[in-house]
Amino acid sequence: MTIAFQINGRRYDANAEPETPLLYVLRNDLKLKGARFGCGAGQCGACTVLVDGKPVQSCDYPLSAAAGKSVTTIEGIGRNGEPHPLQQAFIAEQAAQCGYCVTGIIMVAKALLDANPRPSDADIRSALRGNLCRCGTHQRILRAVHRAAKALAR
Amino acid sequence: MSQSPAPRKLPGNLNTNRRLDRWLKINRNGTVTAFPGKVEIGQGILTALAQIVAEELDVSLERIRLAPTDTTYSPDEGMTSGSQSITDGGVALRYAAAEARDLLMQRAVSRLGVSLEQLSVSDGVVQARSGGSVTYWDLVTDDLLAREATAEIQPKPASQHTIIGASAPRRDIPAKVSGAPVYVHDLELPGMLHGRVARPPSYQARLASLDDAEVRALPGVVAVVRDGSFLGVVAEREEQAIRALNRVKRIARWEETTVLPETTDPRFLLGEKTEDEVISEKRDAGAAARLAKSLEAEFTRPYIAHASIGPSCAVARYDADRYAVWTHSQGIYPLRRDLAEVLGVENEHVAVTHMDGAGCYGHNGADDAALDAALLARAVPGRPVRVQWMREDEFQWEPYGPAMVVKLKAGLDTAGNVVDWTEDIWSNSHSTRPSGLGGINLLAAWHLEKPFQPSPPRNPPLPGGGSHRNAIPIYEFPNERVTNRLVKRMPVRVSALRALGATANVFAIESFMDELAAAAGADPVEFRLRHLKDPRARAVIEMAATKAGWRKGEKGDGTRGRGIGFARYKNGACYVAVIVEVEAGNEIAVRRAWAAIDAGLVINPDGLINQTEGGIIQAVSWALKEAVRYDRSRILTATWDDYPILGFEEVPQVEVTVVNRPELPPLGAGEGTQGPTAAAIANAIHNAMGIRLRDMPFTRDRVMAALA
Repeated sequence: MTIAFQINGRRYDANAEPETPLLYVLRNDLKLKGARFGCGAGQCGACTVLVDGKPVQSCDYPLSAAAGKSVTTIEGIGRNGEPHPLQQAFIAEQAAQCGYCVTGIIMVAKALLDANPRPSDADIRSALRGNLCRCGTHQRILRAVHRAAKALAR
Repeated sequence: MSQSPAPRKLPGNLNTNRRLDRWLKINRNGTVTAFPGKVEIGQGILTALAQIVAEELDVSLERIRLAPTDTTYSPDEGMTSGSQSITDGGVALRYAAAEARDLLMQRAVSRLGVSLEQLSVSDGVVQARSGGSVTYWDLVTDDLLAREATAEIQPKPASQHTIIGASAPRRDIPAKVSGAPVYVHDLELPGMLHGRVARPPSYQARLASLDDAEVRALPGVVAVVRDGSFLGVVAEREEQAIRALNRVKRIARWEETTVLPETTDPRFLLGEKTEDEVISEKRDAGAAARLAKSLEAEFTRPYIAHASIGPSCAVARYDADRYAVWTHSQGIYPLRRDLAEVLGVENEHVAVTHMDGAGCYGHNGADDAALDAALLARAVPGRPVRVQWMREDEFQWEPYGPAMVVKLKAGLDTAGNVVDWTEDIWSNSHSTRPSGLGGINLLAAWHLEKPFQPSPPRNPPLPGGGSHRNAIPIYEFPNERVTNRLVKRMPVRVSALRALGATANVFAIESFMDELAAAAGADPVEFRLRHLKDPRARAVIEMAATKAGWRKGEKGDGTRGRGIGFARYKNGACYVAVIVEVEAGNEIAVRRAWAAIDAGLVINPDGLINQTEGGIIQAVSWALKEAVRYDRSRILTATWDDYPILGFEEVPQVEVTVVNRPELPPLGAGEGTQGPTAAAIANAIHNAMGIRLRDMPFTRDRVMAALA
């Protein structure tokens, strides 16, 4: 049985058990490695992708739930070969140490900026409360999201 | 009988890897390949090493390539640990690059027929003043660096630096924010299978029985591997491996024993047998006679988890009695030695390649996962096996930062000077890494049918030290006795966590300095300065105080307050002073932090600032929230619910000031903030509320107990 969904704008027919966490289909079948396993329980945010524009933790999200929906991963947010303004802002702010959590954080930030183009610092912190960073890069990440918001507003 | 003279000592790790071509290759295509033995663990080291090479060679940073660290060709630089990558690895590359440049210049002299003084270099183009030029890429031949290093060519003085000292962007960040497959976790090899290990439910549990027929019958399962109490599954797909793992865990029967301490209070260490060593003793009878007032206090730190966001991972392939292993280990050569011994093959039959991993703050599960992958790969010759630990594996089996107790007693004279200082510390060893002497330090090895024993616990020697890292106060005290009491029994698995013993020791010393300052009626900043002669130490304290706008004798308001902590890491690496502002609400919150750091010559200021900010935020998390939980038989910390860390809504605003000393040697700087930050928070809580918290973490319960 196949389960079809849109991945970064293209149709994909997944061939896996319906209860398979979406994360493994993305990483191992689609070879999209930007969403990463952190906890398997939706507690850390390292695996975050967007489903119909909303952030979901793909380690804890069954393939069957994605049927017919539109999934966006970190690999799908750039435009015309250019990194997304959020990715550019993270580079400009050097907002990574190990970087393992960063792709999930960018996806949550994208959903935030799509819905709220001028977030306050408290808005950003609140949006990211489900994302853990162990290296302590939070301050740079907050700066990067602000920077991206300004860039997108131009 | 003649003896060859001992070879001259060369700088850093050039001493143990003496051939220039082990470190560098000048390529005809206009690039330079550097071969670091140190590895990227999220600290940005590769960017800094590339800057060093570019600077000394006079080529642009874009020309530098860094070869992945690999046992087939990389220099053996041991571990990437202890804030030593710039001082040991960077210095080696610095001298190697300076010498390579000199060799190229000698060739340019003969090619262009002019004297050395007539030549200048810009981005690899050697230009003669009289006209005429030649590039490195034309001058190089394969034998250029096929020689022993002499280290006789001095690196550039700081006044000539254009690349060192500039904030070059991290070379790995663009790929990391793009989502590209950069971690070992993302490695994809043809025919790769997925493995998981079913760990025992507790440290000493033994596998009693397992009827694995139903596991073998699950879809996709390729192998069930059982060797003593080591139990693993291999499947075609990752989710199939996890399903098989869960089934195995349900049906396996284990015999458990109660081996854990009866309490999570680190004071259980006080009742353990210890190996004692007096590590500092100073006597001045005249000063001792001035003693007017005595204070005593006891400080503790619990077991703390690395809690990396990405659980440990490795990929291994076994074929024709040879193993290939991909790992995020901090030390590929030490790992290879232990792997070879467990697998029963020669070192040369194990090739270990480093790839980036999730954040590494010390000895985590990386090495263990490498053995897991190799053991599972042995069951499926020819097919690579990727093993990633589950979250609960990481939390329950990683070696924690050890619990510690520090007892302090000090005396003041009537002028408010410390005249006597007695300190006793209790702790396990802080280093049980692979390639320890007399044992094998890999988790699965202890569970095999023919088990290996871990190496006997030992402390890395002073001045760096392990449990006694930073135990000897940096202050000028006329009488002093510091005793390290090494607890050899290790009921909980422990090893190196960022800063080792320095966290607890500095937390204790710097908290106690505030207690003594209060007893002396002195301002905490002034009190520290009166006991410090080292101008660099004084300068970072003064800089942090200035940046924070510290007011002499400032008092908190019952809710908000500020405090300071200071240390010179390892008493020989970077100097760090941290001031924090806390706010007591439902929980203690750290709102702001100001830090000043002197790390000598700074290769990449933004990299140093990033590490320092991160160290502070991580230390705030340790100090406010973290402790591993267990009962008599099992580790109870398994998920993020059991082990909360500081989140986005709680992180302070951090301002780091670098006291740059380009004329002085670089000092290790990755771990210097941990102790000072913990102490600064305790001191700020006291400043705010008048309560003294001497047990980490400073939770709401501890605050309530202190207020009662």
